[in-house]
Amino acid sequence: MCPEAVEAMQPFYADAYANPSGAHRMARDAMRAVNDARDLLAELWGAEPGEIVFCSGATEADNLAVFGVAGAVSAAGSASTAGLSASNRIVCSAIEHPAVLVPVERLGGMTVGVDSLGVLDLDELAEAVDENTALVSVMLVNNESGVIQPLAEVAEVLTEHAPQAVLHTDAVQAVSWLDVAELTRLAQLVSFSAHKFGGPKGVGVLIVRDGVKLSPLIHGGGQERDRRGGTHNVAGIVGMAAAAEATAAERQETVARIEKLRNRLADHLKTAVPDVVETGVVEPGSADAAKADAVKADAEISDAFTDRSRKIAGSCHLCFGGVESEELLFLLEREGVYASAASSCASGAFEPSHVLAAMGYDRSLAKGSLRLSLGTTTTEADIDRACAVIPNAVAQLRRAAA
Amino acid sequence: MVAMSGGVDSSVAAALLAEAGHEVVGVTMKLWGGASDTGCCSVSDVDDARRVCDHLGIEHHVFNFGEEFNQKVVAPYVADHKAGRTPNPCVECNRHIKFDRLLKRAEALGFDSVATGHHARIVRVHGAPRLARGADAAKDQSYVLWMLGEAQLERLLLPVGEMTKQQVRDAAERLGIRTAQKPDSQDVCFITKSQGRRRFLESRMEATPGRVVKMDGTEVGSVPAVEFVTVGQRRWLGLEGGGDSMFAIDVDVEGGRVVVGSSNDRLVEAQPVNPVEWVGEPVEGILSVQCRAHGRAVEGRVVADFSNQGKCRILWNEPQPRVAPGQSIVFYRDDMVVGGTTALPVSSQTADLHGYADVAVKLSSHLPNLAGIAASNSAAR
Repeated sequence: MCPEAVEAMQPFYADAYANPSGAHRMARDAMRAVNDARDLLAELWGAEPGEIVFCSGATEADNLAVFGVAGAVSAAGSASTAGLSASNRIVCSAIEHPAVLVPVERLGGMTVGVDSLGVLDLDELAEAVDENTALVSVMLVNNESGVIQPLAEVAEVLTEHAPQAVLHTDAVQAVSWLDVAELTRLAQLVSFSAHKFGGPKGVGVLIVRDGVKLSPLIHGGGQERDRRGGTHNVAGIVGMAAAAEATAAERQETVARIEKLRNRLADHLKTAVPDVVETGVVEPGSADAAKADAVKADAEISDAFTDRSRKIAGSCHLCFGGVESEELLFLLEREGVYASAASSCASGAFEPSHVLAAMGYDRSLAKGSLRLSLGTTTTEADIDRACAVIPNAVAQLRRAAA
Repeated sequence: MVAMSGGVDSSVAAALLAEAGHEVVGVTMKLWGGASDTGCCSVSDVDDARRVCDHLGIEHHVFNFGEEFNQKVVAPYVADHKAGRTPNPCVECNRHIKFDRLLKRAEALGFDSVATGHHARIVRVHGAPRLARGADAAKDQSYVLWMLGEAQLERLLLPVGEMTKQQVRDAAERLGIRTAQKPDSQDVCFITKSQGRRRFLESRMEATPGRVVKMDGTEVGSVPAVEFVTVGQRRWLGLEGGGDSMFAIDVDVEGGRVVVGSSNDRLVEAQPVNPVEWVGEPVEGILSVQCRAHGRAVEGRVVADFSNQGKCRILWNEPQPRVAPGQSIVFYRDDMVVGGTTALPVSSQTADLHGYADVAVKLSSHLPNLAGIAASNSAAR
């Protein structure tokens, strides 16, 4: 957790213990702390204070977005009978986090695919949505590939083909790396999770733009203007705001520094290890290179280097052929390198990556995926260590498999 | 690497090895992603294993072998039923997953051995490892481990095999292990008690309704699904009326019939089986043969079956009930597993002893031909 958050939370773990929903002075002090946090986050994330809904994290925020819109549509009975059961009533990308995918699946919704870079297929989206569509959810940055989605273009497609649809975006992975206020401007619902930008776990936000109708998930208590009941996690909210503020202040410098470390790591591993693919990037001379020309025109990117412009700075995602993620992670841990693969399930086991599948990755490559996430605390020494350890571990596993 | 199911046996196995000073890592395999309530490998069982490891101060990892489990255990389970066979999925899981996939992973990650909580022992015979029955006869699990070869046995540890179940539970109490009183898991891990085998299979395959007939062909009833009937089964046979208790004698999926008979009709003098997989050299003579997990072992001898190329028969000392096709049959000598195979359907030919020479089974081409010895045995009979 970032030190600013730790410090901001301290009083609320000690004497400042009042319930902000109360009526007396100490309660009002607590509510003031919550509302100061609200104002700060609204400012940072391009929303009105009244549009900030505090909750327990992005999973809840995503659930509220999807079930909330679906519930409001059903309640209003505003759609025709055909519309209510239409499979394109709720639409999301195929690479969403389970916190979006599972609710969409429960509601009988549908997914829209991505290309090999992991970018949403805008044509497929245009085909999929129409006057029956109530909600479209597209995450701003994918947690596995680190690829940034073209939200402005998504909003354009909706304006043309489904102007009544609500656009939701899970911005969890974006806060540390991008100007979230600018990029989510056109979305009506935006999810955040504090622990992804140095804040505490168990707290997050759903931005609900004025006019968007949501059926709440948590009833009773009336907090957050009846949108989300339950006593506020005051310490968590205050910590979240402090972390967001610190992150925003350091963002440009962090991005520049981390990007260099990530590039060094990825470039080294691709040279030192045979049969490895970096996901979400355009390699010089590849089929994707021609497609990516439009992006390159805006940035100054050389034709000779890997084009990582579609990714956030801290994401390094690789697929090693002939290797199993579980085994690689086991060996890396022993050498003090802590990484990840796809997503874990309730039992703690890794599940095959639905993101890599959607990007069209071969099963054998997808099985050997490695996610190296860099953050504000990553140092040169960390990169040195990873560069030394990973090739050896991969070699050991490939020898054993032979 | 200790394979931990979340049960008391594997918990104690891990504890004993840690106590003895080994570097131990606990591993739970995620095999079945669906509902599971039989006390093995559900999410709550994984949590039990994890917490036991926390208590013992050892690492715990979860390995996802769900894909292989589906391919090598669940899909064949369904396919076997479609063909009218009765498989042992736990045997297949041991064969393909626990003692193949997991062993390979342990080796790749630099482990010296794999340990489990199975009630069985590894003994040495002239330096070669052999699997033997566990100290607690009632809990012996050597039957489901019959497929283990010498190479695998060399890298396997079975810490609780020398202990009775009560001793294991006592050890668990002494060590403060939370699963000390957890009931043993009894049934197949991917079939829930509430759902049952029938509904599991119904959702995965088409079933053939069939007639139930006596051995002389008289029709006596019908069943909605021939594939769900097991040879030896007594209930759910769709029979009308009372009389002598009837048992399923033969399951004929293609013909859409189940043949039933009396208790005596079940008995045969010879049981056809697939070629025997011997642990070491083929073993001749009278063996102790077990046809069910926790079944009583009976005496018999293995011979080659000339009428059925490559297959074998077990000649029982005393007539035995037909074994359901697909079931594992394990051969013991002095409480050690010497080999195993699976049962084939009994036809009228194979049940008949007369007209076939008894020949000792020769499965390795470099072994001397023992036919001459067997022929003289036959002449002496």
